[in-house]
Amino acid sequence: MNRTRSRTWLALAVVAAVYVWAFYGLPAASFKETAGEVTGNIVSGLFHPDWDFVYLPDGEDLLRGLLDTLAIAALGTFVSAVIGVPLAFLAASNQFKRKWYSWPGKAALSFLRTFPEIVMALLFIVAVGPGAFAGVLALGLHSVGMLSKLYSESIENMETGAMEALTATGANRIQTIRFAVIPQILPEFLSYTLYRFEINVRSAAILGAIGAGGIGTPLIFALSTRNWDRVGIILLGIIVTVTIIDAISGYLRKKLV
Amino acid sequence: MKTSTLPPIPKPPSRIKSYLTFALIVLLLWSSGVKTGADFLKLADGLPNIGRLLGEMVPPDWSYFSKITDAMWETIRMAVAGTTFGAALAIPIALLSARNVARSPFLYYPARFILNLVRTVPDLLLAAVFVAIFGIGPWAGIFALTLFSFGLIAKLTYESVEAIDPGPLEAMTAVGANKLQWIHFGVVPQVTGPFVSYFLYTFEVNVRAAAVLGLVGAGGIGLFYERTLGLLKYDKTSSIILFTLAVVLIIDFITVKVREKWL
Amino acid sequence: MIKFNNVSKTYANGTRGLNRVNLTIAPGEFVVIVGLSGAGKSTLLRSINRLHEITEGEILVDGKSITAASGEKLRRIRRDIGMIFQNFNLVKRSSVLRNVLSGRVGYHSTMRTLLGLFPKEDVELAHQALRRVNLGEKAYVRADQLSGGQQQRVSIARALAQEAKIILADEPVASLDPLTTRQVMDDLRRINRESGITMVVNLHDVELAREYATRIIGMRVGSVVFDGPAETATDEAFAGIYGSAAESETRDTPMNARIHA
Repeated sequence: MNRTRSRTWLALAVVAAVYVWAFYGLPAASFKETAGEVTGNIVSGLFHPDWDFVYLPDGEDLLRGLLDTLAIAALGTFVSAVIGVPLAFLAASNQFKRKWYSWPGKAALSFLRTFPEIVMALLFIVAVGPGAFAGVLALGLHSVGMLSKLYSESIENMETGAMEALTATGANRIQTIRFAVIPQILPEFLSYTLYRFEINVRSAAILGAIGAGGIGTPLIFALSTRNWDRVGIILLGIIVTVTIIDAISGYLRKKLV
Repeated sequence: MKTSTLPPIPKPPSRIKSYLTFALIVLLLWSSGVKTGADFLKLADGLPNIGRLLGEMVPPDWSYFSKITDAMWETIRMAVAGTTFGAALAIPIALLSARNVARSPFLYYPARFILNLVRTVPDLLLAAVFVAIFGIGPWAGIFALTLFSFGLIAKLTYESVEAIDPGPLEAMTAVGANKLQWIHFGVVPQVTGPFVSYFLYTFEVNVRAAAVLGLVGAGGIGLFYERTLGLLKYDKTSSIILFTLAVVLIIDFITVKVREKWL
Repeated sequence: MIKFNNVSKTYANGTRGLNRVNLTIAPGEFVVIVGLSGAGKSTLLRSINRLHEITEGEILVDGKSITAASGEKLRRIRRDIGMIFQNFNLVKRSSVLRNVLSGRVGYHSTMRTLLGLFPKEDVELAHQALRRVNLGEKAYVRADQLSGGQQQRVSIARALAQEAKIILADEPVASLDPLTTRQVMDDLRRINRESGITMVVNLHDVELAREYATRIIGMRVGSVVFDGPAETATDEAFAGIYGSAAESETRDTPMNARIHA
């Protein structure tokens, strides 16, 4: 009783210390005098959006920005699935005679997961120049980390009976994967891929902040030129698009599993 | 004898649906490729660039670590503050969103609507908006993380609240508790564990997020990416990346240990 | 057809799985292996197609050593051996026909099978195999829609489509009820008689063993302690195979066993 109590006090003391450290070190919250006014402007922008921006016959408008964002997300997800499937087999411990053979694969995936996509995008901009393609590559590479981990977990949790049966018929390793593994895990793979697509739509929306294409670019531009009605329509556009995509993808995922 | 009366071989089911789905996906990907100007030849051309870039990133500029430690501490402070504020805001809305607590669809549908709305806007864009409102600095980032954590924690928590054992709730109703007593004694003890777990998980996510918020001027270490990349000091960029990776891994390790031990 | 030359298996922890087994199984035999669980029945069966490795001795299938084979050679030998499992081991989400066709995979190149295309004759063969187990009309049903007995008959059809010369069955009826047990065992017997496919079946049910086997092999703690025609497997013989714990000390001098060479 006494020991648990002293442990509770210790835990509380640690938490208190973390908070003192955290808030003591932060600069005092000082806001621009215009903060209230700008907030009002953005809120009013949300209610009086710049409808003209939805479609402009010549160039950068909302629809094109959103389509760009969706295209980056779709292609990025596709790239990560293509890279992620073979990697998943390398990272699944039940695909090897010795468990630790899967460790290098697992480590690579955890590295990719931790490496922020936006930093990857910065690096790809150096390589292929600014634009949507850099965004596709960054999303593609970053998403491999999570997607392939989920894939490999579903391989690890799979029933191995069918694999054994295929091996017994004289099938080689690739044939065994094709006939015993893929049909079993395909629905789960597709479901994870759709889930990652939902996340990637959000990620693709921020890539524009650093010049990697999509709706982020006009949003940052509108913010810096204080075009609040345009900020309003872009935020609305993002909210509506993400909501629709989540609904469609959620429906498909429910049907799959 | 019976071979003469074997039933006919059944007809294979139509595969039109599968072919159409396949065609649709190919079409979507192809048009996405056109739209984004995807060009894998360009990537192949760019590979030497990437190689040169990676070459210049090694070895990292170790001396740069001392320059960015303050920014790194600020990043963690932002994550602590944002997660805490977000969690505090999440408690009431999570209770309002839970069917078994709020009872009335007039309460839980609007509450969930707000949650879903908040969760659609990605954190970095929230940060950009808050920078426009409050000016450059960590507080814009903290508010963005607050809103983001609020959405995430509230959603996870209300799902846990809906899954709790109804027995203690009935017992509280039976002894005539008022609504606050009912929540305090019936709901809170059952969801404290998951709530703290979601808090720590969101904190992990927020440390990663806070590390890039600086790109839009919302404080933390992210600011230094543009500074070093703009000056083509790639060895310094790799110091930032390594430092961030190390901090993220250490924090993940600690939170995982805490969750294993105490929850 | 199948020949065990002094086969032993010792696990990494020192446990003896098989102990100097010598056996010869002739073409067309219906052999049932009986014994307590843990007696080495499954290890013996699975060493024939090398799903389990042995540590000593040699196993010849159709005159070729499967213990020495590897790669393509090993897969060629396996192609001639069908296998039926206690848990059916079907791909549950695939159609019945696709499961049966997977028995044909070993006959084709990797490239061709990757695309999932099978020649017309293979599809025809698979349909015929399904008819032989009375499941002709279920070809396009998903495997998990079938009952346990039906699923087991699909796995028999898979072995038939494989055009195996030997079928190994590891406790094929252990997960089935008495009625479907009969159907599955009848199918195996019919195939054995009609096509002369050699059957090696593990069973723990003595009555079933007597009824279906032409030859019974008794295993105890990794050793063959009985081997003879089904008629000679008397109650005393089974008592020797299953024995009580006290009797197991005398396992090296099997009382009622007639050892075939």
